[in-house]
Amino acid sequence: MQNDPQNALDLEGVTKRYAPPPAPNAVDGIDLHVPHGEIFGLLGPNGAGKTTTVGIATTRVRPTAGTVRVAGVDAVADPAGAKRHIGVVTQFNTLDRACSVAENLYFHGRFFGLSGREARVRCAFLLDAFELGERSDAMVPQLSGGLARRVQLACALVHRPEILFLDEPTTGLDPQSRIALWEAVERMRDHEGMTVVLTTHYIEEADRLCGRVAIMDRGRILVCDEPDAIKRDAGSATVVTLRLSEPDPAMAARLAALPGVRSADGDGVLVRVNVADGDGTVPQVVAAAGDRLKDVAVERPSLETAFIALTGRGLRE
Amino acid sequence: MTTAPAPAPAARTAGRAGVYARAFWGLVLRDARVLVREFVGFLLRTVMNPLLFTFVFTYVLPKTGGAFVPGPGDLTFATILLPGLVAVAIFFQGIAAVALPLSIELGSTREIEDRVMAPLPVTLVGVEKVAWSAVQSIVAAAMVFPMVILISAEPVYVHVASWPILIAVVLLASFVAGFLGLLLGTIVKPRQIGLIFSLVVVPITFLGCVYYPWERLESIRWLQIVTLVNPLVYVSEGLRAALTPNVPHMPTPVIFGALIALTTIFGCLSVASFRRRVID
Repeated sequence: MQNDPQNALDLEGVTKRYAPPPAPNAVDGIDLHVPHGEIFGLLGPNGAGKTTTVGIATTRVRPTAGTVRVAGVDAVADPAGAKRHIGVVTQFNTLDRACSVAENLYFHGRFFGLSGREARVRCAFLLDAFELGERSDAMVPQLSGGLARRVQLACALVHRPEILFLDEPTTGLDPQSRIALWEAVERMRDHEGMTVVLTTHYIEEADRLCGRVAIMDRGRILVCDEPDAIKRDAGSATVVTLRLSEPDPAMAARLAALPGVRSADGDGVLVRVNVADGDGTVPQVVAAAGDRLKDVAVERPSLETAFIALTGRGLRE
Repeated sequence: MTTAPAPAPAARTAGRAGVYARAFWGLVLRDARVLVREFVGFLLRTVMNPLLFTFVFTYVLPKTGGAFVPGPGDLTFATILLPGLVAVAIFFQGIAAVALPLSIELGSTREIEDRVMAPLPVTLVGVEKVAWSAVQSIVAAAMVFPMVILISAEPVYVHVASWPILIAVVLLASFVAGFLGLLLGTIVKPRQIGLIFSLVVVPITFLGCVYYPWERLESIRWLQIVTLVNPLVYVSEGLRAALTPNVPHMPTPVIFGALIALTTIFGCLSVASFRRRVID
């Protein structure tokens, strides 16, 4: 997969520094290789460097160091050449407010060299595919958040990009719009065969949509694999969180010694226990906590627990 | 995981220059559509200023006896005013057509995004805005002539003494104005847009040799020198050289030297500033 000419996207040693050290690099020497046709996810908390990474891949941010190849084009040396191959949906509504929905799509097509007729045909298809036909004459400020995002997505696809970048595509959407957007992305990927690179801080989104996921934190990629492999390999286990009625500093050490328990830590009141997969361990932990146990939460292996195992923090902490 | 590449649209098969040209043309079409939609606004902002100035200075004041004292020969005030008002019309478009919308598009909505992602260098996205504003400047300039001639109560002695000078001055002025608009649009925040009027439009207009030829400032020597930094001065004087050569004006080499220098300076500064705003 590495440096394969078939790759849609190759980042190597990519670094972005906004301020001199000791300020941390926004993106800190990352490598990424995304083959054609994949739906690839960048998962991480806010400020992890996901948006900067997408900014670099879409020529909007100039990297301090590293090489970027987009559909085989050096995106640093030839940003205009790289832009021909990509479609971008940003996390904000950046639609042209002076134009209607249909005009946004139409002019986007014209920017990318479609003739007037080609652009009209393509717009009609996309308006239909995204169920935007009824709102095609609406002006952008009249659109709801979910609708605007759908228009952005349709817009980004007008010129049949080889790679579609979605930066936090569902942030601020209600659950229904979120699911509708996922379905639209999957449907269009099946129809048009483009590669999709998306950033998200929603575990569910990465888990459901992405063939592979890179977990990012503090400008670095911690792990990059299929979601199931990450859950299995990243040392992530079932996490049992115990809340005690009164502090017991020795509790974590006592639980860590139990068979089947990988590790345990906590502040005395809240104890987080990593349990290897296997039945029977959770009841043992609960029994060992004894009378002081006030509440218990069990989290099955997920990308969230993988993230916790990798960083010692939750995604939203 | 490899799938067949998507069918190639025209953009992917055409040569580089062709791709840029098509993208540029697409940007022009977008701007033209928006102008058509907002045509009444364009008309009003273009017509109001010359209309009121001509009405007050060449109709109301002469009729009420407060007229400007004309110079020798056929130097009516309307004759002096016409090139100046054409110059203002050209300059005002640069601000109204580039700076104001751009400041908003670069602001919180970031709606410039789709155009920045078009397959051409970011520099050309900025240049397109300027080129389109130049077209509007030329239309605006043409609209001033009939207004002054029709409204003025006094005769307007105007004929095109030199088409080459007229065309060159109008073109250069339109680009100076557009680049100035691009520069202002990239450095002024939407909330401070009012400042453009009080700090740029008003001083440039009033001290731009619009209502008096530059030579007449001789009696206020310091002001005559200070106004040399005002780009509008060279436009007003250049139009006088082309339209009303009997009115005193600067020598044409000075006018063209200044306009070419200003186009270059504003061009480089504004494009650099635009790139800084859209690329991190």
